[in-house]
Amino acid sequence: MEAEAVGHTTATVSAAAAPPAAPAQARRPPQGLSRPMVLGLRLVSLLLFFALWWGVSLLNAHVLKVFNPILLPAPDEVLRAGIKMAASGELLKHVTASLSRVLWGFSIAATLGIVVGTALGRSRLLEHLVEPMLEMLRPIPPLAFLPMMVLWFGIGEASKVAFIAYAAFFPIFTTTIEGIKYVDPVLIRAASSLGASERQIFWHVVLPAATPNIITGMRLAFGLSFFVIVAAEFIAADSGLGFLINDARTFFLVSNMLLGAAVIGIIGVLANVLLRKLEGRLLRWRNESRSQA
Amino acid sequence: MKSIQIEGVSKSYTEGVLALDEVTLELPENSFTCLLGPSGCGKSTLLNMIAGFVEPTTGHILVDGREVTHAGADRGVVFQEYALFPWRTAIENVEFGPMIQGLPKPERRATARRYLSLVGLAEHEDKFPRELSGGMKQRVAIARVLANHPSVLLMDEPFGALDAQTREVMQEELLRIWEQDKKTVVFVTHSISESIFLADRIVVMATRPGTIKEIVDVTMPHPRDRSSAPFVALEREIKRLVREEVAKLGVT
Repeated sequence: MEAEAVGHTTATVSAAAAPPAAPAQARRPPQGLSRPMVLGLRLVSLLLFFALWWGVSLLNAHVLKVFNPILLPAPDEVLRAGIKMAASGELLKHVTASLSRVLWGFSIAATLGIVVGTALGRSRLLEHLVEPMLEMLRPIPPLAFLPMMVLWFGIGEASKVAFIAYAAFFPIFTTTIEGIKYVDPVLIRAASSLGASERQIFWHVVLPAATPNIITGMRLAFGLSFFVIVAAEFIAADSGLGFLINDARTFFLVSNMLLGAAVIGIIGVLANVLLRKLEGRLLRWRNESRSQA
Repeated sequence: MKSIQIEGVSKSYTEGVLALDEVTLELPENSFTCLLGPSGCGKSTLLNMIAGFVEPTTGHILVDGREVTHAGADRGVVFQEYALFPWRTAIENVEFGPMIQGLPKPERRATARRYLSLVGLAEHEDKFPRELSGGMKQRVAIARVLANHPSVLLMDEPFGALDAQTREVMQEELLRIWEQDKKTVVFVTHSISESIFLADRIVVMATRPGTIKEIVDVTMPHPRDRSSAPFVALEREIKRLVREEVAKLGVT
């Protein structure tokens, strides 16, 4: 339920934006809605979400009394819990703990994914030797290995970092290998007829050509890292946002549980914006009009 | 002086298809040769072998007296699909060859700028390929090859993807550039009019297997008028030769 609260926010945004576009298309040429109109609708969608939440919570607490009001605190209570926790410095501690695990795990995954993906994309021999192994592991949800990682690496930082690294490795590896393998052969011919050596072709053609793929993989992997860190912190941690949620459950502090979920959502949105910015800059040559998505 | 010597070159693919059969041809330095023929006559295969992308099954190809074993900077290639590096701007594309040679940055910038203005794109140096039209892309590709100072310029249907008007403009441009920066040019095309407009020499190729059917020397002075009587007469003559080959391929 906690995670859903965050999930709903994005779901409502896209759901509210889509239906009004359809009748507009019938009346006017495609494109339809003007920009301020779209922004307005999206804002309304968010406000609607909070209004609904607030409404249900208050209505239940004071009028209908269907369930115990402690189960669904109103948004302002969550906000107050957040302010309190931020003031005491506890929130920052949890955020830092989760973020540092994610960054470590993700960095390891990115390094390994790019190196292994590149090596396998370059060598048929290595590909056939290594890929079946990885393909066998890939369909197993990383969460299935979490308890084992705790056994192997203990309940300290290592198990969480290793777990994130493992989970985030696959998307980066898969997209890198694709990117490296399917470079347009005519570009390689062009470079070789301009005098480039194998090595130069790799650095100046293959790698830049594979960059969009690699970046896509990294974006997927970063999202996944956040996805799995929460689960890892549920199981074995004494800090982090996942721990915050699970710990709050023990004490029936529903506001804190929702707060944990909301903070994860906010970090996720910010991280995505940042990565999109980075992508836009690195892939300036490719996409012009993808600033918002 | 001979620039390209093709000696008894054949190419058969593993499926047993003979793409080229014992082709022998000598191209003098700074000559402009068109390889002309319907698809499947092996003209692109021959070009790819000169470029060093494809190895002949038998025979040798010598460029400036040295046997071709792999692709190299002495043979610049212009592709129908432009083959520009999409992540490099126009000027960075042209700089590619000089960069590979290890020229310092200011020098290669200057070289690239000179060649971009030679092809008339000085104003567009900072644009990425996706921001350029087909004709402009091909101009960049030509500048990129010339900035590398190859002795041979190999062009594989370079204007095949362009619309008819742009195509004619590009043919004129190519001749203008070639006048300023003479090279041995091998130009693959299936357009008869294009080959007559450009070439000193047209090698009409036969199909199944690919061989040389006839070599036509074009002596008309440049610029050639596409509607002049000798042009039209030569066009009709070559059309007849090519038709025979198309007929051999059966219903098209």
